[in-house]
Amino acid sequence: MEQGEELGETTLVVDPARVEEACLHLRDQEGFNMLADVTPTDYLGWGSRGVAGYIGNSWGRDLNSPGAQGYARQPAPKPKRFALNYHLVSIPAGRRVRVQAWLDEDEAVSSVVSVWPTADWHEREAWDMMGIRIEGHPNLSRILMEDDWEGHPLRKDYPIGGEPVRFSGEE
Amino acid sequence: MAVAPERPRIYEGSRIPSPVPTILAIPPELRDSEDILEVNFGPNHPSTHGVLRLVVELHGERVVGLRAVVGYLHTGFEKNMEAKSWWKAITYSPRIDYLSFQNNELVFVLGVEKLLGLAVPTKATWMRMCLAELNRIHSHLVWLATAALELGAISMFWYCFRERDQILDLFEMVTGTRMHTRYYQVGGLAADIPPGFFPEAREFIDWMPKAVSEYESLVDRNAIWLERTKGVGLLSAEDAIALGQTGPVLRGSGVDWDLRKAQPYLAYDEVEFGVPVYENGDVWDRYKVHMDEMRESTRIVAQCLDRLEEMEGEPWIANDRKVVLPPREELHTSMESLIHHFKIVTEGFCVPEGEVYVPVESPRGELGCYLVSDGGPKPWRVKFRAPSFVALEATATCMSDALVADLIAIVGSLDTVMGEVDR
Repeated sequence: MEQGEELGETTLVVDPARVEEACLHLRDQEGFNMLADVTPTDYLGWGSRGVAGYIGNSWGRDLNSPGAQGYARQPAPKPKRFALNYHLVSIPAGRRVRVQAWLDEDEAVSSVVSVWPTADWHEREAWDMMGIRIEGHPNLSRILMEDDWEGHPLRKDYPIGGEPVRFSGEE
Repeated sequence: MAVAPERPRIYEGSRIPSPVPTILAIPPELRDSEDILEVNFGPNHPSTHGVLRLVVELHGERVVGLRAVVGYLHTGFEKNMEAKSWWKAITYSPRIDYLSFQNNELVFVLGVEKLLGLAVPTKATWMRMCLAELNRIHSHLVWLATAALELGAISMFWYCFRERDQILDLFEMVTGTRMHTRYYQVGGLAADIPPGFFPEAREFIDWMPKAVSEYESLVDRNAIWLERTKGVGLLSAEDAIALGQTGPVLRGSGVDWDLRKAQPYLAYDEVEFGVPVYENGDVWDRYKVHMDEMRESTRIVAQCLDRLEEMEGEPWIANDRKVVLPPREELHTSMESLIHHFKIVTEGFCVPEGEVYVPVESPRGELGCYLVSDGGPKPWRVKFRAPSFVALEATATCMSDALVADLIAIVGSLDTVMGEVDR
C-alpha cells in the first residue's frame, strides 16, 4: 500500500486483489464509516493525441503556433489503464480518504458491497460505463444503459456520436 | 384538531435487504402465492419525479417486492464534458440537477479552482454563498410543492411556486437567466451584483420565514398529512450511513452531518446557522428537516447580504488574465485583451495535472465532483457524485413494511431529481 498527498487530499493506492480487505480495515479500524463514491477513470491514450476528440500535442505546447491546444509538459505516466477510486468519509470525524486501485483491461476487482451496501449501484455504474469487472457483486448488471447495450460509453475508445440510435419503425 | 396516529418507532438492527441491498425480494412464504401482483410504477408516472421506474410486487396492499430501474434520462453529461474545454464545460454542470443548478455549477467551478490553485475574491465567495442558499430554498420549495401535491395537498403547489418565482426573479436580475444561470466563472463571478438586487433580496428574506410558517399551517395539523407521513418509510441512522445517504435523508434519521458545518467551504465558517436534525427517520422528519433548512438558509442569505453591501466596488473576479476573461470594455481598446479573450474562448486555458474530489452540501446532500486533468485545456475525467442516485438506493430499505400508498410518500421524501440520478 502506498500513501500519497496531493492538493490536500490523501490517496491510498491498494493492490486490486486486496481492495475489500483494505476497505474493511479502513471501516472498522480507522473509522471511515461511509462510502461516498466509486469512480473509475480510463487513462487510455494519456499523454498522446487523438483520443475521443482530444487535440493533444504530445511533444509539448508551442504557444506561437496557431491553434496550439496541448500540454505545457508531458503528464506523468500511469501504471495501468484504469484507476478505480473509492472516496471514503469518516462521520463524525470529518476526514476523507481516496482508495485507488489500478487495473488492466482484463483484471477484476473484488466487490465492496459486503462492506458498504451503497457500493451496489456505484459498482454497477462502474461496470456499465467503464467496463470494470467487479467480482463477487450480487447483481452486476447494467444500470444506466439498456441491458443489451454494446460497449462501455465512458471509455476513451468509445466515440461521441458514434452510437447507433434506434427509433421505432426500424427493423 | 387532528389526532396523530400511533407512530411506529425506529427499528433496531438493520433492515437492508440481502444479498442485493437495493432489491426487496419476495419473502419465501409468499413466493408461490398466486396473489402476488406485479405493477410497474413509471417510467411515465407523474409521481415518480421524472422517469423513475419501480417494479413493485404487491400482496394485497402490502409491498412485498421492489426493484428500482433507472437510466431513462441518461444523457452522457460526463462524456460530453470531457470533449469540451474547462471553460465551456461549466455550462453542462447546472443542467445535471435542474433544481439546484447553482450548487452544481459551484462544485465544478470549485474543483477547477482547486486544480488551478486560484484565489477567489471575497466578494465572489460571499455572493456564491448567497446564491447557493437561495438555490437551496428554491430546490426545497419545488420539493415541498411536488411532494405535497402527490399526497393530495394540491394548494401547496401554488403557494410554493409563488415564492419560487420570486427567487427566480432574483436570479434573473443578477444573472440574466432564471435557471441554469452560468453565473459562476472560474475565478469568481461573471458580472458584478446589479444595483437593485439588495432591496429586492431583503424584501424576499423578510417574507420567506412567514411563508414557511404559512406552509406549515396548511399541513402540520392536517390529519391526512400526519397519517401519510408519520412512521412511514423508516430508515435508521445506522442503515442510512451504510447506504451512503446524505443531506435531509441522513439528518432526518438523526445523524448530525452537514458539510457546511463539518468541512466548511466558501465562507460557511463565518456565518451563523443551525443544522436541523430529527431522530425518527420517517417521511415526516425528512419534511421537517426541509422546512427548518429553508429558515436557516434565509438566515444565511441575510448575513451574506449584510457583508456584500459593505463590499461595494470590490472586484468580483480574480485578476488572472490567463484564466479569466478580460473586462468587456477593454476588448475595444486593448489588443492584448482581445487576444486573451479569443484564446480563452476558442482554445481554453490549461489546468495543471492532478486529480481532485470536491464535495459541497447541495439541497439533496453531498454533491461531489471528481476531476482529473492531464495539464491540457479539456478535463480528462469529470464525475459527479449525485446525492439523488444514492438516495434511490434506500428505496428498498424504506419500503420494507410499506403499503402501496406509502410508496409515493416515500419516493417523494427521498427528494430525487432524475436528471442527476441518470446524468
